[in-house]
Amino acid sequence: MLTLLTYDHSLDGFFTAVFEVYEYKFENPWIRKEGLPEPALFGGLHRVITDAKKAERVINKLKMLLGENGLRMIVYGLLTEEEHCEKPILDVIRYAIAHPQKKVLADMTNLSVLKLERYNKQVNREKHRMEAFVRFRLIADSVFVAEIEPDFNVMPIIAKHFRQRYQDQKWMIFDRKRHYGLYYDLQSVELVSINHQQSLDKLSNLASDEAFYSDLWRIYFDKTSIASRKNSRLHVQHVPKRYWKYLTEKNFF
Amino acid sequence: MNFDRVKEKLSILADAAKYDVSCSSSGSKRKNKGKGLGDSSGMGICHSYTTDGRCISLLKILLTNVCIYDCAYCVTRRSNDIKRAAFTVQEVVDLTINFYRRNYIEGLFLSSGIFKDADTTMERLVTVAKKLRVEENFNGYIHLKSIPGASDELMKEAGLYADRLSINLELPTTEGLKLLAPEKDRQQMLQPMAAVKNEIALYQDERKKFKHLPSYAPAGQSTQMIIGATPETDLQLIQTADFFYKSYSMKRVYYSAYIPVAQDARLPSLQSQVPLLRENRLYQADWLMRFYGFKADEILEGKQPFLALDMDPKLAWALRNLDFFPLNLQTADLEAILRIPGVGLKSAWKIIEGRKFGKLSISHLQKMGVAVNRAKHFIDFGTSTFLNKNVLHQQNIKSIILSQSVSKFQAHYSPQLSLF
Repeated sequence: MLTLLTYDHSLDGFFTAVFEVYEYKFENPWIRKEGLPEPALFGGLHRVITDAKKAERVINKLKMLLGENGLRMIVYGLLTEEEHCEKPILDVIRYAIAHPQKKVLADMTNLSVLKLERYNKQVNREKHRMEAFVRFRLIADSVFVAEIEPDFNVMPIIAKHFRQRYQDQKWMIFDRKRHYGLYYDLQSVELVSINHQQSLDKLSNLASDEAFYSDLWRIYFDKTSIASRKNSRLHVQHVPKRYWKYLTEKNFF
Repeated sequence: MNFDRVKEKLSILADAAKYDVSCSSSGSKRKNKGKGLGDSSGMGICHSYTTDGRCISLLKILLTNVCIYDCAYCVTRRSNDIKRAAFTVQEVVDLTINFYRRNYIEGLFLSSGIFKDADTTMERLVTVAKKLRVEENFNGYIHLKSIPGASDELMKEAGLYADRLSINLELPTTEGLKLLAPEKDRQQMLQPMAAVKNEIALYQDERKKFKHLPSYAPAGQSTQMIIGATPETDLQLIQTADFFYKSYSMKRVYYSAYIPVAQDARLPSLQSQVPLLRENRLYQADWLMRFYGFKADEILEGKQPFLALDMDPKLAWALRNLDFFPLNLQTADLEAILRIPGVGLKSAWKIIEGRKFGKLSISHLQKMGVAVNRAKHFIDFGTSTFLNKNVLHQQNIKSIILSQSVSKFQAHYSPQLSLF
C-alpha cells in the first residue's frame, strides 16, 4: 500500500521522514513537501513532525554510508526544491542502506543516481553563478549589500565562499525570492530576514562614491568587449537574461 | 581623485588591453588568512562575460599605452595616432580594491606599453602588485605581464607578488616576428620566461625542505599567439605550443584570432574576416594535448598542415584511425575511451565507474552526457551498430555524422551563399 509522508520543507524534516520510513516500515513510501496538492491515489497519509534527533541519526548513517561528499549530494538534491526531488533521493538512500558494501553513488546505470547527479550539476551551477553574479553596492551605513533571486535555494551553501573572501568588510546578501539573507558583521555570518519596508529603503541609501565605481565598472564592461567578435548568442548563454536585473553592468541608471 | 579623468583613462586603457585573451583566475592557492581582503584558493570565477562571449574575471588594463615599440599588429604601436594615457600606481590599486570589494572581479591583470626601458616598465608593474599585497593585504588574483628584456632580479621579485606571469610570443616563428615587430627579438622574450621557469623550479625544490616558504607565481606562466596575421600553418602553431608546454612548463597557451587594427601591406586588410573558427579548432587541439593524452604529431600529420574546419580535431583523428575502433566500453582503458569522439573527460570517468555495475547501453551513455550521435559509430555494442569500415570508408561516416548534427559554425565553412 502506498503511504504519503508530508514534511515541512526543511532538511531536518526530510531526514525525519526518512527515519520514519524505516521506523514504521512503510512498504511503499512517498515523501512529499507539505501543502502541495495531494494526489488522489494513495493509501495512508502520515504527517511528519520534524525531530532533530531522528534527523541527526539519519544524517550520521548517511555520512557513514556515503561519506561527506555523498551526504552533500543528497542535501544539494533537496535544495533544488523541485516538486518530485524526494523520490530519486529516497531511492538512492534506500539503495545505499540495502547495499552497504557498494559504492552506490558511482552506479551510473541506476536512474535515480543519475537523477541525483543531475540535481547536483544544476545546484552547483547555480551556486557558482551566485558566487559570480552577486554585485555589492556600498550603502551609507558602510555595508556592502547585494540582492539575488537564485533558481534554487543556494544561500546556505554560498555563505562559506563569501565569508572566506570578504573578511574585512561588512556585507549582506539578500534573496528577494525567498525573503531571507546572509549578514556578516566582521565577526560571523548570520541568517537574517527583512520584512519592514523601512529597512529595505535603508538598503538603497548609497554611499557617496558608489555611483562613481559602478559607472567605472560599466565603462570597463563596455570597453573590454571586442565589437568585431560580437556574439550575442554566446553572451546570453553565459549570462542568461533572468540574472540581468541585479547585474551592475547591465543596468544604466 | 579626479573622477572624470579616471573614467577617461579607464576607457582608453581597458580598450587597449582587450586584445589579450587570457582572463584565467585559477590555479593559485593564495588564502585569506586573518581579516584580509580576498581569496584565490578556489577555482577561478567568471564574474561576467563580454558581449563577444569571453569571460570577464580580472580587471584587465594597461598601466600606460605609451610605447616605444612599433609592432605592426598592435594598436598601441608608436606610429599609431591615438590618445595616450597613463594610470598612477595608486589609481590602479584603488580601482582593483574597489572593484574587488563589490565582487566585480577576481583580481588584476596588469600589462603595459613599454614607455621607457624594459626594467623601468617592469619595475612599475611590480610596484603595483607589491602595494596590493603588502599595504592592502590583498589576496585576490594578480596576473602581471613580463616585459621583454626585464632583468632576472625584477622577474624574481614579480613572482613573489603575482600569481601568474605571462609574456606573449605573438608570432610563432622568428620570421613572423622579424616581419611585423622588427625591433623585438625572440631572445629578449625568452629570457624573462626562462627566469620565471627557473624560479618556479627552484621554489618547488625548496618547498620540499621548508614548509612555510612565500609562494612564487603559484599559477605559473602563460603565453599568447596571434592567429592569421602571418602565414604560419596550424602545424607550426601546435608544434610551438607543444614546445612551450614541455620546455617552459607553460600552464596555458592562448590563441588570438587576428583582429585587423591597421592598414599595412604586411598584414591582412582592414576588411578581412577575423578567423574565429580557426581559433576555435586550435583551442580544441590544445585541449586534446593537455587533457586527452594526444601528442602534437597525432593531431596534425605533415601532409595536411591545417586543421579541418568542418569537424573537430578529435573526430578528424578518429576518422584517420578507424582501425582503432570499435571499442568495447566494458574493457577499454581510460586513455582509449578518451579518444572516442563525443566522449568528454567527465563522461569517460562515468563510463569507467558505471561499467562496474553492468553492461552500458546507448541510453545509459545518453544520460551520462555522451554525444551519442557521434560516439555510437565508434563503440562496439555487440550488435551491428558500428558501421562496417570495410564497406563505409571514412568519408561516409563523416557525412553521416555531419548530416545528423548542426554546427553553430556552419556559416563559416558552408560553400552555400545566402542571398539575403
